[in-house]
Amino acid sequence: MNGATPTTSRRAHGVTNPIGSSTAIRVEGLSKTFDTAAVLHDLSLDVRAGELLALLGPSGSGKTTLLRIIAGLDFPDRGRIIFGGDDATQVPVQERAVGFVFQHYALFKHMSVAENIAYGLNARKRSDRPARAEIRRRVGDLLDLIKLSGFADRYPSQLSGGQRQRIALARALAVEPRVLLLDEPFGALDAQVRKDLRRWLREIHDRTGQTTIFVTHDQDEALELSDRVAVLDKGRLEQVGTPDEVQENPVSATVLKFLGDTIEVEAIAQDGQVSVDGKLTPVVGKRGLTGPVKLYARPWQLQFAESSEAHLHGTVRSSYRTQGRQRIEVDRTEGKTVVVEASDTARLAAGLPVGLRIVGGYVFAE
Amino acid sequence: MAEPPLRPRRRFRQPSVIPGFGLTFGYALTVLSLIVLLPLAALVLRASKLGFSGIWEVATDPRVASALKVSFGVSLLAALTASVFGFIVAWVLTRYTFPGRKIVDAVVDLPFALPTAVAGIALAALYAPNGLVGEQLAKLGIEAAYTPLGIFIAMVFIGLPFAVRTVQPLIVEIDKEIEEASATLGAGRLHTLVHVVLPPLIPAVLTGFALAFARGVGEYGSIIFIAGNLPYVSEIAPLLIVIKLSEYDYGGACAIATIMLGISFLTLLAINLIQAWSRRRFGYV
Repeated sequence: MNGATPTTSRRAHGVTNPIGSSTAIRVEGLSKTFDTAAVLHDLSLDVRAGELLALLGPSGSGKTTLLRIIAGLDFPDRGRIIFGGDDATQVPVQERAVGFVFQHYALFKHMSVAENIAYGLNARKRSDRPARAEIRRRVGDLLDLIKLSGFADRYPSQLSGGQRQRIALARALAVEPRVLLLDEPFGALDAQVRKDLRRWLREIHDRTGQTTIFVTHDQDEALELSDRVAVLDKGRLEQVGTPDEVQENPVSATVLKFLGDTIEVEAIAQDGQVSVDGKLTPVVGKRGLTGPVKLYARPWQLQFAESSEAHLHGTVRSSYRTQGRQRIEVDRTEGKTVVVEASDTARLAAGLPVGLRIVGGYVFAE
Repeated sequence: MAEPPLRPRRRFRQPSVIPGFGLTFGYALTVLSLIVLLPLAALVLRASKLGFSGIWEVATDPRVASALKVSFGVSLLAALTASVFGFIVAWVLTRYTFPGRKIVDAVVDLPFALPTAVAGIALAALYAPNGLVGEQLAKLGIEAAYTPLGIFIAMVFIGLPFAVRTVQPLIVEIDKEIEEASATLGAGRLHTLVHVVLPPLIPAVLTGFALAFARGVGEYGSIIFIAGNLPYVSEIAPLLIVIKLSEYDYGGACAIATIMLGISFLTLLAINLIQAWSRRRFGYV
């Protein structure tokens, strides 16, 4: 893949790099409005060369729009897209040299697998087009890479969803894009295939070192697959960081809630010390944080405890086992139901009164 | 209780949740026989009374031969033209929104509904040397009315809706992402159009072409008003059949009709074969 000769026009774009060698793409102050609804607000983001970046957000957060603007399939109202060192905001999609993979594959149904993969090379001007033998060789290499070597002459309709998505990826890689953009690439696949393809995409990325941005609304997918995660909400960038950073130090309740199940508890802060029901918790906020606050905790940051030590009280509503753990829903005396995760011991009977102790969590200054 | 058969038998009747296989199948066969096959068989039977040499004699009669040539030749050209323009009309109607689009969309069907004689009179009035368009054409030295060009215009007119309506639903269904995928891969607009958008539409375009051609060959009402009907120049085969009938030459009429039937059958067969091939090649499997 990497040994093949890029065309001159492609090379002219990205050699000089005044931003710094680590930044492949810079998004600067991007705003976009569709009809009357704003989908992106003054969004800035740096994408590092060679990284696998996840754009994570709920539907309507603007993540697909951002990806399409980077690709050149949509255009921003304000702001700039910089590729390498060049302002690419006005560069048409055909000349941006991006590889785009769509959720529903968007394969050319009337072309064989090999023709699909070779499409981008065959579409080049004659002077830039590799020789026929070279194209055939490259298609063969890519088919090996996606482990579909025997499928060159099949048609997309004869393949499964997972196979089609791999073809779509090979087709995008064939043109040696400067960045690979994937829009919910596993969204249309079933759970098992999705898991296999995730691992496989990670392997391909490690092998090719291709700068890759992918959009997903599945936090597990983003956390498992990416080098860095960018969490978007309502058209704004909430946080960017490694999966560990965003999980350990979420900057806002939005990020926290979006990354997993969250329990919300009314609490009182006194100069950073947070207490619930008059009892101090291990949760510490910013110095000087005083007054009523919301404490957020993960299901595994609650433990069953004696009533005298418990922050929360309630009765067991139901419980179920999942992957070696047990999840228990507890109806709090104050009203709201919370979910507790514990090791898979004996199951608790519904109606049993229990006390819960908070052993960890987060508070955010409003 | 009979033993269940070890191997499932191949059955003519497919299992289905909707009842009435026997009734609908029988009804379809009966109606098809009565309305389509019987008259055609009678036609061929009547013509066969002349014998092969008799039919050959009619076919090689210079006036008949030139009428057949005009009918099929102009129909082919007209169907080709209708296909091209029909495709463009369908594209514009589905791809762009503009004021009055719904009205234009409805107008496309008018040639279907208009009595053909009315269309013929309107066209003749328009294209006659003293007509609105004919006057301008005459200045350029082009005679439209009372020439094969007039026949061509009438055939395009009546064939256009077929060409539009067969491709339109497929253009609606084209996935925008396919075009975007092509663009991200570096393909220019023309390349995308030729290699990605058009190939899947070919079978539908061919269907429209076949329908427009068949309609053109069979058209009578609108043509006779604008054609001038000069023997050897602008006389169409259906008109010749009517002339034979009015002369009580039923054998001759049937002979021309049978020849037309044969040529039409072969042409449509050829189009269908191309279509089947293109469906395999370009269409969805």
